Amino acid sequence: MTTTPQAARRASPRKRRPSAPDPSAGLLPQTEPVRLLNPDGTLLPARADYPEPPVEALREMYRRMVVGRRFDAQATALTKQGRLAVYPSSRGQEACQVGGVLALRDDDWVFPTYRESMALTARGIDPVEVLTLLRGDWHCGYDPAQRRTAPQCTPLATQCVHAAGLAYGESYQGRDTVALVYIGDGATSEGDFHEGVNFAAVFKAPVVYFVQNNRYAISVPLSRQTAAPSLAYKGVGYGVPSEQVDGNDPVAVLAVLNRAVAHARAGKGPYLVEAHTYRMEPHTNADDASRYRDAEEVEAWRDRDPLTRLETYLRGRNMLDDAAVAEIAEQAETYAAQLRERMNSQPTVDPLSLFDHVYAQPTPQLVEQREQVRAELAASEEDA
Amino acid sequence: MPTMTMAKALNAALADAMLDDERVVVFGEDVGQLGGVFRITDGLQARFGDKRCFDTPLAEAGIVGFAVGLAMSGLRPVVEMQFDAFAYPAFEQIVSHVAKLRNRTRGALSVPMVIRVPYAGGIGGVEHHCDSSEAYYAHTPGLKVVTPATVDDAYSLLREAIEDLDPVVFMEPKKLYFAGAETSLPARTEPFGRAVVRRPGRDATLVAYGPAVPVALEAAEAAREEGWDLEVVDVRTIVPFDDATIAASVRRTGRCVVVQEAQGFAGVGAEIAARVQERCFHALHAPVLRVSGLDIPYPAPMLEHTHLPSVDRVLDAVARLQWEDQPDPRWLTEGSAA
Ligand SMILES: Cc1ncc(C[n+]2csc(CCOP(=O)(O)OP(=O)(O)O)c2C)c(N)n1
Ligand SMILES: [Mg+2]
Repeated sequence: MTTTPQAARRASPRKRRPSAPDPSAGLLPQTEPVRLLNPDGTLLPARADYPEPPVEALREMYRRMVVGRRFDAQATALTKQGRLAVYPSSRGQEACQVGGVLALRDDDWVFPTYRESMALTARGIDPVEVLTLLRGDWHCGYDPAQRRTAPQCTPLATQCVHAAGLAYGESYQGRDTVALVYIGDGATSEGDFHEGVNFAAVFKAPVVYFVQNNRYAISVPLSRQTAAPSLAYKGVGYGVPSEQVDGNDPVAVLAVLNRAVAHARAGKGPYLVEAHTYRMEPHTNADDASRYRDAEEVEAWRDRDPLTRLETYLRGRNMLDDAAVAEIAEQAETYAAQLRERMNSQPTVDPLSLFDHVYAQPTPQLVEQREQVRAELAASEEDA
Repeated sequence: MPTMTMAKALNAALADAMLDDERVVVFGEDVGQLGGVFRITDGLQARFGDKRCFDTPLAEAGIVGFAVGLAMSGLRPVVEMQFDAFAYPAFEQIVSHVAKLRNRTRGALSVPMVIRVPYAGGIGGVEHHCDSSEAYYAHTPGLKVVTPATVDDAYSLLREAIEDLDPVVFMEPKKLYFAGAETSLPARTEPFGRAVVRRPGRDATLVAYGPAVPVALEAAEAAREEGWDLEVVDVRTIVPFDDATIAASVRRTGRCVVVQEAQGFAGVGAEIAARVQERCFHALHAPVLRVSGLDIPYPAPMLEHTHLPSVDRVLDAVARLQWEDQPDPRWLTEGSAA
């Protein structure tokens, strides 16, 4: 008996195939940002996927956030006194700034942007060295090799590929170093973000890409950057597990970053974390934020202040009382006062140092130009 | 002595460098199994394994940025850009990071690496495959820019580039890849920063680099029939630049023509001409002339011969070097009302 293929198909009822496993499972972020604290700082029900970090770590996080916020305010004040050329504040983003460095070991690498001055001070780098870039005496004040912290990166997203290379190079040489990249929401539109995440994924490089989505790239809102459901959805296309977190919930930020770092350190490749946060200040002191966002919007975010949230949580855990709060505030004041004092003087700069470190050995042309500048300086000194 | 092509000499330089220094890693597009579209990395993956020589995703900024990170971790990356024009996506990484990291960090971080760029034309390539991009790199402080014109130099300069403490953009003239010469490797020629007199002569100096060197040599040979004895200087390393050798030659001959394949405006040849007249003014009997590609986008294959500096164009320039103390008539009227 002959049957047409159609008839045969009709005759045998299609067997239900066991559904194929979803290849994106384990890569996609949760549909809502991970949150462990209510906006008022009270604990949400515990969850199995993100255990609450050790409370001692959270207390230390609080301390660094308080000092960090004070540092940030001091830096903004220094722009008004003409001591800094410019300062991009990260007020409001303290949970991310501090969480990113707290999740790492000292021998891990950080790849910061211009926004991360607070993170770098939280890493223990001398604040004057951090501000060298913005003070204007050199491009990078700290020793990146010694501090395992790349120079603050201004060409947006370019650091994403460096981190992939560095992390791969470290594991290539048998070290279990993790690299954490700070990047903004706007910069995720740059090609180098995509190339970096893709390289890290292909080479299984232990990198955590940490996006601080503060909703604006200078004036441009997130809706102009992407049509993705959220920035954490950008990982799945590269095979990179991703998560989104309430970036103003310090407990959740640290919990999510701890997991991301552990994933990378275990040799499972990169991880993408998007933190939903908000910068309370303009893009820099030179920016006028009223041209692109209204006061009500900023006010609404005041209610989600990461510092008060963490303080409430720690008090509830009996890890903080009035005396401790006052003592930490005092530490922050001392930190700021010392910074103010040290930034009060004009740094000495040596024009002849311009010729150092262009190459390992200066070219004959640089030797010539150095000599010319040296003569100019000598002549102007004689005139004076 | 055995004969070898420049392509093979470059391949040998990579292999010897990988053998001598286990920090050296070679990567790029199609450099692994295939051995590169020009076969410069042929056999390296088979010999050294796919951790030392590997293919990357197709992304040039990614390749160079990845090399920055690898260099920061202590490795010595040698990356291949598949063609001149396809290095442009990496330009930001090269200019803002590769070139500047040492300076930005006052020497705390350096990223020694070699970025190999097959460049220039004369091979009948279609658009985007024949650019002379050396001026972009030479204009960027912090980069060294090197271009061999001989088989021995190809080997020696590449070895030196890989050993160098600074990033080197290594420009390989495609049209010379498969030209052979007698050599016995491992050759070591003059170090970075030294130009070389390829042919001594008394009457005028032709300064050339990369793909223009054979053109200059051929022109010098042809000039003999016209009674000119021309010296040819091969620049070899555009950065660091050897003012001394070139100025010494021009002071001897009193006349100079700079030959480059790249379009002329704001090019390396313009820089050389300016430097020569600054240093040799009183020795010059004629203005320094340039023979270059035309100031046009690289032409389609059937028209490239009109664009490329030819022996005839070089000889025409030599003829205009005011041998009878006559100024070039074109410049007597330029700028005056017609
Ligand atoms: C390649 C590049 N393009 C433009 C700029 C100028 N710029 C500096 S910061 C910025 C906005 C970045 O926004 P985002 O990534 O969201 O980070 P945020 O400043 O909000 O922390 C722009 C456009 C730059 N630094 N680099
Ligand atoms: Mg932003």
